[in-house]
Amino acid sequence: MKFVDEFRDATVITKTAEEIRRLAGSSRRYRFMEVCGGHTHAIYRFGLKDILPENIELIHGPGCPVCVLPMGRIDDGLSLAHDPNVIFTAFGDMMRVPGTQGSPLEHKARGMDVRIVYSPSDALKLAKANPDRHVMFFAIGFETTAPSTALTLMRAKAEGVRNFSVFCNHVTIIPAIRAILDSPDMRLDAFVGPGHVSTVIGCRPYEWIAKDEHKPIVISGFEPLDILQSILMILRQLNADEHKVENQYKRVVPWEGNRAALKAMAEVFQLRPYFEWRGLGFISQSALSIRDTYAEWDTEQRFHVPGVRVTDPKAAQCGEVLKGVLKPIQCKLFGKECTPEHPVGALMVSSEGSCAAYYNYEHRKAMVHIMGQPA
Amino acid sequence: MCLAIPGKIVEIGHESSNLATVEVVGVRRKVDLGLLQDDMPVLGDWVLIHVGFAMSKISEQDAIDQMETLRMLGEAEQAIQEVRGYGLGEG
Repeated sequence: MKFVDEFRDATVITKTAEEIRRLAGSSRRYRFMEVCGGHTHAIYRFGLKDILPENIELIHGPGCPVCVLPMGRIDDGLSLAHDPNVIFTAFGDMMRVPGTQGSPLEHKARGMDVRIVYSPSDALKLAKANPDRHVMFFAIGFETTAPSTALTLMRAKAEGVRNFSVFCNHVTIIPAIRAILDSPDMRLDAFVGPGHVSTVIGCRPYEWIAKDEHKPIVISGFEPLDILQSILMILRQLNADEHKVENQYKRVVPWEGNRAALKAMAEVFQLRPYFEWRGLGFISQSALSIRDTYAEWDTEQRFHVPGVRVTDPKAAQCGEVLKGVLKPIQCKLFGKECTPEHPVGALMVSSEGSCAAYYNYEHRKAMVHIMGQPA
Repeated sequence: MCLAIPGKIVEIGHESSNLATVEVVGVRRKVDLGLLQDDMPVLGDWVLIHVGFAMSKISEQDAIDQMETLRMLGEAEQAIQEVRGYGLGEG
């Protein structure tokens, strides 16, 4: 509880935590999944685990786009960087993510033209500034990010910029939740729903979770109080034997989502029949590809992409951690072969992955406790 | 990955381009308003920005709170670095 005083809403947070404790009682164990990697990061960073009663366990979901990207896709994208005519662009988050032949940053060190962009729009701008070369944008992200890629592709087509393409790795959150719920070893009581994805898709796509799976889901903001309030809203539903979609993050998330963003996505993207997720395997209709009407701007339709498949190391138990069957620290590789500096499994790759978050906050805290403060 | 950065609209460009200048803790850069076509922000409005595109309109108080959240998450520097990195509409 030592961090509570530092929060802006310290009094309200303490009261909310007390109410959570009262409603959770002690006779039952609760398992809630926060779907979004941003929430996972916030939960560890704010020490919310220390504020919640012990019988509420938070399972960290699949909502980290960097983590769930299979290594083969990184190899596929980087295979094009070998062409001296190609400028490979990606968000900064991708730069240290290892492929079998190294990360984008390591490819840059070997002399390939690999550049960070902060917006897909900037990759398009780079293409306009380099008409003699081909600029490829390695696109990742959930529905939060996909509309920006879509608008950029619409602009490339409208302006006739032909030396630009997108290697599309956009994924969709709903099929991943379904895959987790379909898993036989899964037992979850409710979901803390993703905040920024929902600004785009709205709240309706989650209704099946409440109606068919009979589980509450509360779309949540990212402040400590937001997350605690969402947990409180879940407990109120469970205690009243209800299961519905609620929106705690109303100040940002409209119930119907963002129509302009959905329209742009529908114009440019279609669902892939299936896509591989690191840690979860193949999930049908869980990712986006670029429509034929934009074939000229689709890296996969325009170039030969090898289609590399890399099996995750067997010893890494990412799937079990993703489903909440194991805690990060219970994986055989955690903190030994697999660390944020040298990630073996998917969940150690980004600070939003549950293993990296656990390592950076809980593990280091425990080591300081055992070894004493570093000199 | 999914940073949502609060910014204030301080200049609106030509209608054709959808670009607007935002200010994020003193840093001014162009962002794209194309995803807010149905509810276009006006001068002085606050928006949440993700990868160079405004995603939603928010209140001034929410913007202040969001910056504070980023600071608490240790992501404020990264957010400002991202905004500095936007090259939309320049050059």
